[in-house]
Amino acid sequence: MDLQPLDFEKPIFELERRLQDLKEHSREHDVDLDSEVKAIEAKLRDTRREIYGNLSAWQRVQIARHVQRPFALDYVERCFTGWTELRGDRCFADDKAMPAGLATLDATRCVVITHQKGRNTKENVMRNFGCAHPEGYRKALRLMRLAQKFNLPVISLIDTPGAFPGIGSEERHISEAIAVNLREMMNLRVPIIAAVIGEGGSGGALGIGVADRVLILENSYYSVISPEACSAILWRDRKHAPEAAEALKLTAHDLLKLEVVDEIVDEPEGGAHRDYETAAFNLSSALRKNLAKLLETPTDQLLKKRYKKFRGLGNFAESKTNSGR
Amino acid sequence: MAIFKKPTLKTSQRKKRDIPQGLFQKCPGCEEVVSEIELNENLRVCPRCDYHFAVSAKERIGNLLDSQTFVEMDADLKSIDTLRFQGMASYKDRLKNYQERTGLTDAVISGHGMIEGYKVALAVMDFGFLAATMGSVVGERITRAIEYGTDERAAVIIVAASGGARMYEGMLSLMQMAKTSGALARHADARLPYLSVLTNPTTAGVMASFASLGDVIIAEPKSMIGFAGPRVIKETTHQDLPKGFQTAEFLEERGLIDMIVHRKKMRETISQLLGYLSSAP
Ligand SMILES: [Zn+2]
Repeated sequence: MDLQPLDFEKPIFELERRLQDLKEHSREHDVDLDSEVKAIEAKLRDTRREIYGNLSAWQRVQIARHVQRPFALDYVERCFTGWTELRGDRCFADDKAMPAGLATLDATRCVVITHQKGRNTKENVMRNFGCAHPEGYRKALRLMRLAQKFNLPVISLIDTPGAFPGIGSEERHISEAIAVNLREMMNLRVPIIAAVIGEGGSGGALGIGVADRVLILENSYYSVISPEACSAILWRDRKHAPEAAEALKLTAHDLLKLEVVDEIVDEPEGGAHRDYETAAFNLSSALRKNLAKLLETPTDQLLKKRYKKFRGLGNFAESKTNSGR
Repeated sequence: MAIFKKPTLKTSQRKKRDIPQGLFQKCPGCEEVVSEIELNENLRVCPRCDYHFAVSAKERIGNLLDSQTFVEMDADLKSIDTLRFQGMASYKDRLKNYQERTGLTDAVISGHGMIEGYKVALAVMDFGFLAATMGSVVGERITRAIEYGTDERAAVIIVAASGGARMYEGMLSLMQMAKTSGALARHADARLPYLSVLTNPTTAGVMASFASLGDVIIAEPKSMIGFAGPRVIKETTHQDLPKGFQTAEFLEERGLIDMIVHRKKMRETISQLLGYLSSAP
């Protein structure tokens, strides 16, 4: 497939095109353009390093939302074997924005829950742009309980702009569905790894994000509010989204500093969409490494650590006197 | 009813002159003019139409607990501008502004006290402080109140009101949802009662965490309760919203809320529930 350049990538794509033209010309007309080719290759390397080495928060948000970025099922296909989808919340519907099921990572059987976006209009209608209804979160909870019953670890692949803001969503209590998952995941007696693979949109992301280890792909973002909505509130105009993205500290590196995530998974240069296989290899290596450690940890210790990890998040000032107890 | 009949003159200018600021206001429920004195004598509920006006956290605590039993906890916690958030106004300035305006340190008051002899851990949110958004201090105070309940084997009561997460604290704010809900998981494991009281408005990140997790979920009449804002829903779906959408009554009808309770009956209802769910005082 032809890669679609983002605005800030245009200089790179322009050089790549020139390089290709030059090579073709050299081949077709049998002329030696080696020195020209080498010059452009050098320039391309520098330009790539310059641009991809200094991505702003907003540029990373754009990569995270790239229509060609690998989605959850692309990773499921490459990192796992024997994917067996299980459908429905046993109550209202099967939410196709959150495919979930059983799969094997190396030799470890897992429950995998995901957010899945669509790559074209037809798929997006089916997947609702990766925005789940309550049914998605309730299916996820059903499968997490199944995981607990059969002592299988849970892997959660997060990629959503947010839970769906719609009438049905509210009528069937999206808030409650997310809240219950937050509570139940804290005490689920099997290891949980969450990986933000694209967009980590607020409560909709956190609804399957309470985990022993929270990983994030290098160009993913995880935010309490979308940069556009933040901009609309703070500047009364969505145009300030790039500044909002910066202010929100939503990039993988910022979140690692804040201890909201535990580990960054490297992406191929320019983003996961440039090389699915490398991106998937990196993710599966990280999943395997973390899972091995978690599987060695006694369950009670695992739950204590999980609680402590989320319990410790938050920054505030406090005088030493502990009042009122 | 006749004393404060709605002024017949239609111009808003005229109305303003007819209602001296601070002493009278127009009730959003029945559009009648009500006096502050009447409201204060009536738990800030409109004596004509039962519209529930906003109440400060302090007043609510006074209305709910046995007198002289409240002990505030963690009043010394203060919000920090970790992200150094700059918009049209900085987070620091906003905090200072609201602290001066409300006399509160942040958007929740927490502590413990008694209700009809039952010991309770209590957290009451105050919408007047930055729309009672949940930042680190709100999350921490609520979590500590829940943990206090677990340690002391006391019921937890949280009176919620919130515009959602506090975006000035970025992801640290979102994580308070997991933190508070996790503390409730432990409180629930200890088989202790948690009563969630939803007031106008309770939305977004607060609704999608502790506020939805009560063993019993109570709401004040006509409170606006939901996840997404109605405008966002309209813009996303291009649909007309059903009548009464996202009100307490709408959600009671659709099975989320156990009961809608008039503010005057709140203390009585809570103590009755504690009688069923708590071990003896
Ligand atoms: Zn009224």
